[in-house]
Amino acid sequence: MSDFVRVALAVCAKDIRVEHRSRTALISAIAFAALVLVIFNFARDPATASREALAPSVLWITFTFSGVIALNRSFALERENGALDGLLLAPVSRSAIYLGKYLANLAFVFTVEAATLPLFVLFFGVDLGGALGGIVLTAVLATAGFVAVGTIFAAVAVRTRFAELMLPLLVLPFLIPPLIGAVQITTRLLAGRPLSEIAGWFRILALYDLVFVTLCLLLFPSLMDE
Amino acid sequence: MIEAGTAGRLVRRGLGIIAVALAALAGVYLLALRYTPVERFQGVPQKIFYVHVPAAWCALLAFSLVGISSILYLWLRDPRLDVFAESAAEAGLVFSLVMLTTGPLWGKPVWGTWWTWDARLTLTLILFFIFLGYRALRSALSDPSERARFSAVVGILGMVLVPFVHLSVYLFRTLHPQPIVLKPSAPSLPWEMLRTLLASLGAYTLLLIGFITARYGLGRGAEAEGDPDAG
Repeated sequence: MSDFVRVALAVCAKDIRVEHRSRTALISAIAFAALVLVIFNFARDPATASREALAPSVLWITFTFSGVIALNRSFALERENGALDGLLLAPVSRSAIYLGKYLANLAFVFTVEAATLPLFVLFFGVDLGGALGGIVLTAVLATAGFVAVGTIFAAVAVRTRFAELMLPLLVLPFLIPPLIGAVQITTRLLAGRPLSEIAGWFRILALYDLVFVTLCLLLFPSLMDE
Repeated sequence: MIEAGTAGRLVRRGLGIIAVALAALAGVYLLALRYTPVERFQGVPQKIFYVHVPAAWCALLAFSLVGISSILYLWLRDPRLDVFAESAAEAGLVFSLVMLTTGPLWGKPVWGTWWTWDARLTLTLILFFIFLGYRALRSALSDPSERARFSAVVGILGMVLVPFVHLSVYLFRTLHPQPIVLKPSAPSLPWEMLRTLLASLGAYTLLLIGFITARYGLGRGAEAEGDPDAG
């Protein structure tokens, strides 16, 4: 295994271990997602907007917003006790450090999404049926892209005076393409439309992931050098 | 480091260019209102075209300048490029605001709605938000080198986001008038209108150059004085 991958996995494993030992952040993030679902249910008039019509939008707003909330914690963790400085002093590739942080954030957000999906089915009475595989694939593709950008912006935002506000301000514009794609795909999957209608959206999501993961790997080192 | 005198000269030159551009703009308005024919279907509201299109052009140009100078900054690490990117971003913010206010003013009488989620409208709104985030980030960071590196990264990512937003929003379906000047076949605009548009584009671009020059001079001056909020 190359050094690059080894370092990335070590950083990722460290983050997951920290998360595993406290679990506060994970549980709070899942609770946040569940609350967003509850609030959405009451933010519509049952007489005019059916649960089914709103379901895809609700799912994706919940996923993306809890993702952004979760990202805040990624570098806040490193800031305490100057942990980030220690990480940067290590004679390893900074892209590898980024990759590790990215993978840990992905694991975190995927866990939140996996816990939210059953609640979504329960609260919104959605019959996933044969659409489950497609929705999981969509979640993987859409999340991979915005978490890549979000990881970089979390590193940026943590250095500012009001990180909790700065991160959403920077990331939300970047959620638009994945969100549009994911909602379009989910709507069609739930309506049982043929695969040919959504293949194009899958391609856009994959392209977004490819471009932004590559770009973030390239840009992270210049973000960090003093 | 530069001397305060050089920065002062840059500001004065910028203000000079702005004065010339404003005078040219007065001429453009006269040309547009007095000597350009009224469009047959849209009537008088079509005149907004001569403000809206050049403002959009300047906003996009400023945005590209931010992206390009951000890339160059990360490559060459010249603080002047960072000040330039900041100046272009602020000028871009102004022109995006002009574009976003004139758009609905035209849209209401012609489309019958102030706002619609059309591809180009959404794109420019997002552009505006990226500029805004970029500006907010700069003001929230105090270390000049950190601010320069961080905002360059945001500038580059923002530039790459634009085609993705355009593509995904375009697939929604679009209402916006199709391009009528920059298209493969000859422009389909009557000469009198094209002339006014080109004059307006010239005046606006000059105004953009003036804004960026003056703001760049101010940024460099603040840097020379060692102001921690410089740049």
